[in-house]
Amino acid sequence: MMASSYNAKDEDAVGSGGPGAVKSKKPDNTAFKQQRLPAWQPILTAGTVLPAFFMIGLIFIPIGIGLLVTSNNIKEFEIDYTGVDMFSPCFNCSQNYSWNSTSACTCSVPFTLDQPFESNVFMYYGLSNFYQNHRRYVKSRDDSQLNGDKSSLLNPSKECEPYRTSDKKSIAPCGAIANSLFNDTLELFYIHPNGSRITIHLVKTGIAWWTDKHVKFRNPGGNNNLSIVFQETSKPVNWHKAVYELDPSDPENNGFINEDFIVWMRTAALPTFRKLYRIIQKKKDNMTPTLPPGNYSLEVTYNYPVRSFDGRKRMILSTISWMGGKNPFLGIAYITVGSVCFFLGVVLLIIHHKYGNRNNNADIPN
Amino acid sequence: MDLSSIRKLITRYCTGEESWVDSRTVYIGHKEPPPGTEAYIPQRFPDNRIVSSKYTFWNFIPKNLFEQFRRIANFYFLIIFLVQLIIDTPTSPTTSGLPLFFVITVTAIKQGYEDWIRHKADNAINQCPVHVIQHGKVVRKQSQKLRVGDIVQVKENETFPCDLILLSTSREDGTCFVTTASLDGESSHKTYYAVQDTKAFNTAEEVDTLHATIECEQPQPDLYKFVGRINIYLDRDEPIARPLGSENLLLRGATLKNTEYIHAVAIYTGMETKMALNYQSKSQKRSAVEKSMNAYLIVYLCILISKALINTVLKYAWQANPNRDEPWYNQKTETERQRHVLIRAFTDFLAFMVLFNYIIPVSMYVTVEMQKFLGSYFILWDDDMFDEELGEGPLVNTSDLNEELGQVEYVFTDKTGTLTENNMELRECCVDGHVYVPHAVCNGQILPGAAGMDMIDSSPGVDGKEREELFFRALCLCHTVQVKEEETVDGIKRGIHQGKSTSFYISSSPDEVALVEGMNRLGFTYLRLKDSHMEILNREDEMERFELLEVLNFDSVRRRMSVIVRSSSGEYYLFCKGADSSIFPRVVSGKVEQVRARVEHNAVEGLRTLCVAYKKLTHEEYEETCRLLNSAKLALHERDKKLAEAYDVIEKDFILLGATAVEDRLQDKAADTIESLHKAGMKVWVLTGDKMETAAATCYASRLFHRNTQILELTTKRTEEQSLHDVLFDLSRTVLRQHGSMTRDTFSGLSGDCQDYGLIIDGATLSAVLKPTQEGTSNGGNYKEIFLEICRNCSAVLCCRMAPLQKAQIVKLIKASKEHPITLAIGDGANDVSMILEAHVGIGIMGKEGRQAARNSDYAITKFKHLKKMLLVHGHYYYIRIAELVQYFFYKNVCFIFPQFLYQFFCGFSQQPLYDTAYLTLYNISFTSLPILLYSLMEQHINIDILKRDPTLYRDIAKNSLLRWPTFIYWTFLGIFDAVVFFFGAFFLFDNTTFTSNGQLMATNTQMMFGNWTFGTLVFTILVFTVTLKLALDTHYWTWINHFVIWGSLLFYVIFSLLWGGIIWPFLNYQRMYYVFMQMLSSGPAWLSIILLIIVSLLPDVVKKVLCRALWPTTTERIQTKRQCLTAEQSTIFMLSQTSSSVSF
Repeated sequence: MMASSYNAKDEDAVGSGGPGAVKSKKPDNTAFKQQRLPAWQPILTAGTVLPAFFMIGLIFIPIGIGLLVTSNNIKEFEIDYTGVDMFSPCFNCSQNYSWNSTSACTCSVPFTLDQPFESNVFMYYGLSNFYQNHRRYVKSRDDSQLNGDKSSLLNPSKECEPYRTSDKKSIAPCGAIANSLFNDTLELFYIHPNGSRITIHLVKTGIAWWTDKHVKFRNPGGNNNLSIVFQETSKPVNWHKAVYELDPSDPENNGFINEDFIVWMRTAALPTFRKLYRIIQKKKDNMTPTLPPGNYSLEVTYNYPVRSFDGRKRMILSTISWMGGKNPFLGIAYITVGSVCFFLGVVLLIIHHKYGNRNNNADIPN
Repeated sequence: MDLSSIRKLITRYCTGEESWVDSRTVYIGHKEPPPGTEAYIPQRFPDNRIVSSKYTFWNFIPKNLFEQFRRIANFYFLIIFLVQLIIDTPTSPTTSGLPLFFVITVTAIKQGYEDWIRHKADNAINQCPVHVIQHGKVVRKQSQKLRVGDIVQVKENETFPCDLILLSTSREDGTCFVTTASLDGESSHKTYYAVQDTKAFNTAEEVDTLHATIECEQPQPDLYKFVGRINIYLDRDEPIARPLGSENLLLRGATLKNTEYIHAVAIYTGMETKMALNYQSKSQKRSAVEKSMNAYLIVYLCILISKALINTVLKYAWQANPNRDEPWYNQKTETERQRHVLIRAFTDFLAFMVLFNYIIPVSMYVTVEMQKFLGSYFILWDDDMFDEELGEGPLVNTSDLNEELGQVEYVFTDKTGTLTENNMELRECCVDGHVYVPHAVCNGQILPGAAGMDMIDSSPGVDGKEREELFFRALCLCHTVQVKEEETVDGIKRGIHQGKSTSFYISSSPDEVALVEGMNRLGFTYLRLKDSHMEILNREDEMERFELLEVLNFDSVRRRMSVIVRSSSGEYYLFCKGADSSIFPRVVSGKVEQVRARVEHNAVEGLRTLCVAYKKLTHEEYEETCRLLNSAKLALHERDKKLAEAYDVIEKDFILLGATAVEDRLQDKAADTIESLHKAGMKVWVLTGDKMETAAATCYASRLFHRNTQILELTTKRTEEQSLHDVLFDLSRTVLRQHGSMTRDTFSGLSGDCQDYGLIIDGATLSAVLKPTQEGTSNGGNYKEIFLEICRNCSAVLCCRMAPLQKAQIVKLIKASKEHPITLAIGDGANDVSMILEAHVGIGIMGKEGRQAARNSDYAITKFKHLKKMLLVHGHYYYIRIAELVQYFFYKNVCFIFPQFLYQFFCGFSQQPLYDTAYLTLYNISFTSLPILLYSLMEQHINIDILKRDPTLYRDIAKNSLLRWPTFIYWTFLGIFDAVVFFFGAFFLFDNTTFTSNGQLMATNTQMMFGNWTFGTLVFTILVFTVTLKLALDTHYWTWINHFVIWGSLLFYVIFSLLWGGIIWPFLNYQRMYYVFMQMLSSGPAWLSIILLIIVSLLPDVVKKVLCRALWPTTTERIQTKRQCLTAEQSTIFMLSQTSSSVSF
């Protein structure tokens, strides 16, 4: 009897399919599973795209004009002081270069500003053909050493090779980037029409990222007694002075947190680059321009050799605007793109009128 | 042990020169045979342990890793990773190691989990108790300890633990019932027979005294084939030899039913059982998309290598100047300097490879796999494809071919059970030209043309009456139908007495059931087979008993079956039924002409016809027949061939009795489906074993052929009149003339109005066509080519009288033709398996003829009509989704890597990466992975309903149209253009200007310089936004999920970047990204340039799309536009409903 009753049940399931079996196998009828979720179904047609094109055109062209005008209002002055040319003032210095020379070679480059530079003026040095973005160069640093880590100070990262140790002492700061720190000194003098040279005050702080100066770069053991901290280390081979002598006058700008050093350590993206050097702050009275038009003299302590790799050294003076430095590209690009969009809008409008209807008509008999 | 290695072992032994390995000798109960008969060779057989798991605990890691790295993509990434580890490369090993590790781990966990489940299942099976008879007692044993030769006792509803030869059963007649539902899905009960000479050994003690050996072939995977011989040593020395066939073999996995217990001897154990041998994985089918993908990969690999080569060469050209190679500020280490220049160049090349390796994305494989795997659930979940009757939905056996469903060009379909319901009913039978219609069949329907037919009351004279009854008896006897007895315990055959016989006849062939049921309605009821006697109830309710002597089983080659019975009066009859073509040539008398006319008439009506014939045998003839059969049956080698020869001798000189016509109704919406497939540009071929007229009628009914279709016949009838050569040329001329004038129409794909051709070909002619021509190619090339040419121009082809293998041959022929079309085969029976396996996509129908087709298929559905949604909707969606997925993946990686390539020109070819390591690693893993995955799961460029309504849309994606080379090149160039825009946009900002931040962020009003990492971050930001928005532009179906994922991943990128740059990460040895992202965002020009460059990058694609849509719209685009126009007015209502429903979700 047992067997037969079992059998009967079995037949039920195998046969027409019990209701229980159906339920368990039947898929849920949810919108997701049936691929019928409510959805927005946009289509890119001439009709829908047209307004967008005109909008882009209408917005971009004014922006571009604004950018271009702003950019053109920015005053920029650039002077190459490499001394390649025989008659340029720094020719001698560029020829007599040697790392070991103790006496500094100086040269003075005269230049004239035609227009006054208002507000804060930024002074840059620019290098060309200098591959700061070379892979071997970029990685040749030790961020934990620069962050004030004591063990890294005495035992820098392998990445710093071959600028890791000298005279069996670890180099601080190690690596190729630090080793090749830009060490020309630039001074600016205003030649008053009466012949007197007026030194222009150059501010050397506030040129690096705040976060770099205060978080990323740190002196080991605080900012005091740097010479003791760096006792066990040696200076980079190409440096004239040790890292704790970079700015002895200001403990907040010395050692690893020297801003010139920090700026240099941010490797440039392209082989031709400029880096912020000094800031010339606007006059307090606000009446006279920061740099009035007239004759100036750039006094260079020429230390940095670039001739071996056909490099160039420049000094740039620039004012800024809300959008940064002189930047005609962005303005031109905006105007171009805006006009192209506008033009395309017109083309599409024509096409839409000519062919849009035809398509719909052709569709109806189908 | 590994399964494949076993098989290899087996094949090695089987093909070996030694003869003893061809068969095995099993000593029942491990008793040695009487001395002198044969040397006792103890053969070693594996134990009964089933190992379906792939790994063991200790070999999991090495074996799994090995398996995974055999995939070419994984291996490629492994190589990249190793290169990164070994040489000094620009990116850290984590950038490729982490994704690879992720992929490998996820796969390993998945496979490990699956294997763990298999282990558990194996253990459960291996440790389940079985009853073994030892020394006359029933002993419990673990299943895995079972050995060949053990005598096993199996009780009702137990599953057989291994392959067994049935010795005896609890039933007196030595039969037992078995269901093989778990093996092949057939839930019907099959009868198995014990060897006649051992069926008396009924109890454990008796069985233990049995002294016999079994010789049988070595294990082979065919479930339905078995050849063996049992030698029984009774008291005499001479052993009795008896044949063993598949009717004696109980397969592991089958279940005993309706039988109290059986005794059987184990012959194949463990991994040698037929079930285990059938676990083989089917050969991998690869989709057309995958092939394109691989082609693209090769292109990208070439691009990658050439990029690396170019850069290496340029690097050394550029470095020729020592001041460039090693300026004073950037000296090399001593070891670097001493390295040989060739080694340096080689490492540089490798380093460039590593730098650009992301162009071939590791994540693409993962995404494609996930897309396929998850996407296949939409088929499983589909409510429309769920069959209420069966209570089952579609099955997805492989998700590798999802997109292939959208590419089908040829559909090969079986007729019976696929186009038709395989629900047979006897419509009429014809005895000597007199037609009988069983009443119940008509059930209200009036048969057209039935009015003029002879009905049963206008019956012929006495002689005719006799013939008529003989005919009915023949049909009642000549079959292999089993009667399912409801309550054997009580011995009451309730079902039959109440006339509810329908549910109780079981047979592997539904025709037979229909015939026996029809006979029941005509007054002759088949009761049962009892003690080798078939009992039938005649019109006068009298029991007639016939002794069943022999059954000459049906096979598809002979296309007939016979039985030899002895009536109670001692006369021997041979009844034969079969296809007309196989009966008529063997008939010597009878009213052949009338019957033939009727058969043809019925065939045209679309009915399945069978002819019935008989002959009387004398006792001597019977003896002779028996001898013939037995000698054939006892043969161990080539038994099938010998049997066929014997059958051929026996089955001849018939007297024709009449014919039957069984109706097989068309499946629901079969015609509609075929029409849709036609409209979708698919060519539908019907391949059937049926006769031509029947098949043609079905084709007309299913609208495969239309009224105005010109039918071309390529049949034996025609080739008898003309030579095959002439016929072929005639036909091709007809077709080509028309084709020439209509070329343009057919090319435009709208050849609806032009003359349709339909071809009918039969099996015999087909094999003649496919046979390589002896005369060589002098007479205008191969027949094959001409035949293919004809077929190409026919919208529908019907192949009738096909053997199963021929079906596969046809599929293969089309597959190999020069266009390499994508084929789909659909069928429901075992005879369709070969073509299902052969075709690009094999679809099984879970029908009446068991589950074999469904098991071997790639997808299984319940009804033919579901094919429409499967192809037109699911296939279409899968295809456009994966096409976009593949193209987009390559596009986004071109965008990603090409700026790095450009950057090399500005960093002295020093392999300096543009992006930070984190960005390199996470770009493909997280920033841009989810939107495309979700797109490839959710995208619907056109609504489901429209796709179903308008099958012509399917033509838009035919021939892999979205993955052709022009499209691929367009995407690649789009990627390169975008990359150039990103790079030079940022470049000009950095190059000639002071691209600076005004530093408001930290409240110091200074001008701060940006370095190379800011440059890279700027490019990367534009990149991430552009590629994501590009996908957004391509998305036509924005559900909340798409919104969430697209905007979410952009947001994630921003948040991640803020976090990544916001902290000094203690575990990193560099802090180059510190505050870079924030500083960048605090600069006005950065914002302006990001917006500008994104728009510039997207602009060309938008313009191209809009222009193409306006000027050269595809059908798809027209419909999209039209729908938009239509819904424009209702949009407000739609929006309202959308918001309400999205809220409810």
